[in-house]
Amino acid sequence: MRGTEATDNHLLVRLRSNEAQVRAADELDVALGRDYTVALNLAPATPAWLRELGAEPMYLGLDLRGGVHFLMQVDMDAVVEQAVERYRDEFRRALREADLRYRDIRPQETGLDIAFIDEVTRDAALELLSADYLELAFEASESDQAATLSAEITEDELREIRNFAIEQNITTLRNRVNELGVAEPVIQRQGADRIVVQLPGVQDTARAKDIIGATATLEFRMVDEGNFPYFGDESEPVPPGTERFPERGGGFVLLEREVIITGEAITDAQSGIDTETGQSQVNIRLSGSGGGVMARVTGDRVGDHMAVVFKETELQARRVGDEVIREQVEVEEVINVARIQEQLGSRFRITGLDSSLEARNLALLLRAGSLAAPMQIVEERTIGPSLGQENIDQGMAAVLLGFALVVVFMAVYYKVFGLIANLALFANLILIVAVLSILQATLTLPGIAGIVLTVGMAVDANVLIFERIREELRAGSSTQQAIEGGYGKALSTIADANITTLIAALVLFAFGTGPVKGFAVTLSIGILSSMFTAILGTRAIVNFIYGGRRGVRLAI
Amino acid sequence: MDFFKRETRINFMAYRLHAAIFTALLVAAALAFLVFRGLNLGLDFTGGTLVEVGYPQAVDLAEVRETLDAGGFDGAVVQTFGTARDILIRLGPDAGEGDALSNAVLAALQAANPEAELRRVEFVGPQIGEELAEKGGLALLYALGGILIYVAFRFEYRFAIGAVSAVLHDVIVTIGIFAGIGLQFDLTVLAALLAVIGYSLNDTIVVFDRIRENFIRMRKGTAVEVTDRSINQMLPRTLVTSLTTLLVLIALFTLGGELIRGFALALIIGVLVGTYSSIFVASSAALALGVSKEDLIPPPKEGEDLEEERP
Repeated sequence: MRGTEATDNHLLVRLRSNEAQVRAADELDVALGRDYTVALNLAPATPAWLRELGAEPMYLGLDLRGGVHFLMQVDMDAVVEQAVERYRDEFRRALREADLRYRDIRPQETGLDIAFIDEVTRDAALELLSADYLELAFEASESDQAATLSAEITEDELREIRNFAIEQNITTLRNRVNELGVAEPVIQRQGADRIVVQLPGVQDTARAKDIIGATATLEFRMVDEGNFPYFGDESEPVPPGTERFPERGGGFVLLEREVIITGEAITDAQSGIDTETGQSQVNIRLSGSGGGVMARVTGDRVGDHMAVVFKETELQARRVGDEVIREQVEVEEVINVARIQEQLGSRFRITGLDSSLEARNLALLLRAGSLAAPMQIVEERTIGPSLGQENIDQGMAAVLLGFALVVVFMAVYYKVFGLIANLALFANLILIVAVLSILQATLTLPGIAGIVLTVGMAVDANVLIFERIREELRAGSSTQQAIEGGYGKALSTIADANITTLIAALVLFAFGTGPVKGFAVTLSIGILSSMFTAILGTRAIVNFIYGGRRGVRLAI
Repeated sequence: MDFFKRETRINFMAYRLHAAIFTALLVAAALAFLVFRGLNLGLDFTGGTLVEVGYPQAVDLAEVRETLDAGGFDGAVVQTFGTARDILIRLGPDAGEGDALSNAVLAALQAANPEAELRRVEFVGPQIGEELAEKGGLALLYALGGILIYVAFRFEYRFAIGAVSAVLHDVIVTIGIFAGIGLQFDLTVLAALLAVIGYSLNDTIVVFDRIRENFIRMRKGTAVEVTDRSINQMLPRTLVTSLTTLLVLIALFTLGGELIRGFALALIIGVLVGTYSSIFVASSAALALGVSKEDLIPPPKEGEDLEEERP
């Protein structure tokens, strides 16, 4: 072990090797139990004085540090289907309550067809529903047997529904990934219906997939008022019609067996402050049908308590003999118990929370409890940690050898001017790395290839200039004229040549994904910085050495 | 050191008919390879699953195949990757439920030999594969289009056509060679191809630049003579830059590791082909289209510069 560092609610243990890290993680996982998340990470070993300056290590791509890349596709058809289902439930109840009789409601791709007995009922239904559902387009039609009313979800609303689904899934994924304890995870939306998840340093892909794909659910249940607060423990039998759940933070609660609603009915949950009491609270919004159920159940039970149960499957470590075994365990716990102040509808709030932090966490769990739409992994790229290190070593070796070959060649072929070009090339390498760091761009293996290629191509500007100087000298120009002419005339050629390469690099950037983008980034930066170092940089040194000296022989 | 003590005087354009025939044959051969042998498309474009597994000692491929057959992974392609200790397993897109497949393969191999270590997994769904292929094709088109517009704007449309035909030649010949040898064509090779476009163009533009300059400066001389002179003047630079680029590419090819080898090879082929095309294809094409002095009325600023320098 190389030391530990503790921050707010994190403890970082530094270890000497990967092997020690894996063993230590197993030990800690067993010793600490399920109140802690133990995760393998790669923490930077930046010296303290550099950290003081705000220096951070370069971001390495997954192909260099090892890790998992997932591309997940959200099933949008299922999202719309769910929305249609929800409307069907709501229509049924609304029509029943208004005593409007219908024959049946048939779900369509993006809407519903309702068949009525006669036109009068249909028109009444149209009036009722169109007032409540502004996001739907209603249309009445006649056929031989029935008067039909069709409701279409508008394009805007469809977009909204899809956006909501993907945002919700991203929130859920983010929370689950946080559970993994991965440093610097990337969870991003890509295009209309895809999500990119990148987990650097994660080696156990099977576990990562399990957690990402886990199905956590929420349930709202009534508390058994006869036994509240509950002081029993696990050994006691429970009264009929009730179930015992562990409470987060210790103890147990007895809840009624009937589930009021599940997490799927929650459309939104936000933490906030009660303006009257100054207490933290969570504002919850339910879907129409969920709100209806909630109103019915809570209407005659004002004053009683309601509990939120969180259920998920998670992996837990256990020691059997000498081996550490990880297994899937279904975990259920009560995350919140609150008194019902009044009849609840589709919007209500949970108060009585201890702190704003607790409110935020609860809102997060409520929002993130379940995936809004099914997802599927459509692309996976995993790089083992040993391969990552190998890629770094090989990439560095290639850069060094390529650099050395070019430097030797230039020095031999162009003598002093070659050495000057080499200085510029060296400065160029440093500039590329500096710009990459400033942009916080991620360095990938193709990115290193881009740097190598830049080394080869960056000297081109100097070759153009030097060849031009030689030409001028052959044509009988004086040294100063030759230098002036060489730099001056080569300039537009260099610009033209580099801009065309830049066009190709930009196209690569626009169309490339992942690693290819990395190549495009380093290539573009390399082209731009090489123009600077190879033209301005070398000119400054050339002027410093040969400036103002007449009749001297140029070592070129 | 200097390979060229004085300006060379090679009549490149005298051979332009021979060069044209040679180029035509080259392109025809490349197209024939593409059509009849086809590209060995990588996982990125076909979709499927790839698992790379490392062992501490060399393993017998037949054993690995047996293990996989016994595990029910039919149609798995097993090959070594770089060294005999590295095994690459490729499964087609219809081999099973993609994201669970790689775990199953690894589990089967580790059951047979617990020392097997997962090095890399790539799973590309069929839909993604199609998209990547489509995007790649579009990228090539846009790069060519962008270059056509830039060169036409900076020079003249005949030069633009010359430049783009040279670049097209490079792309077709490089892909043709990949098809001919049966090398795998994946995303990194596509990236290399786009870099080749940039590089080859770089070469071509430098020559065009000099042709333009010489058209203005040389009072006498036919278009062919001016072109020859320009190519000769730029020959040292063309060869030196190709050499330095090849040097680093060889470093990348030998030391960069297995993952980058196809990329480096595509660039090496591209640089060689691109150097040829910038001499023989681009200029000949511009000449064949009838570029003449009158087409290159100089912008006033450059004209003045040149007047001053002639004593």
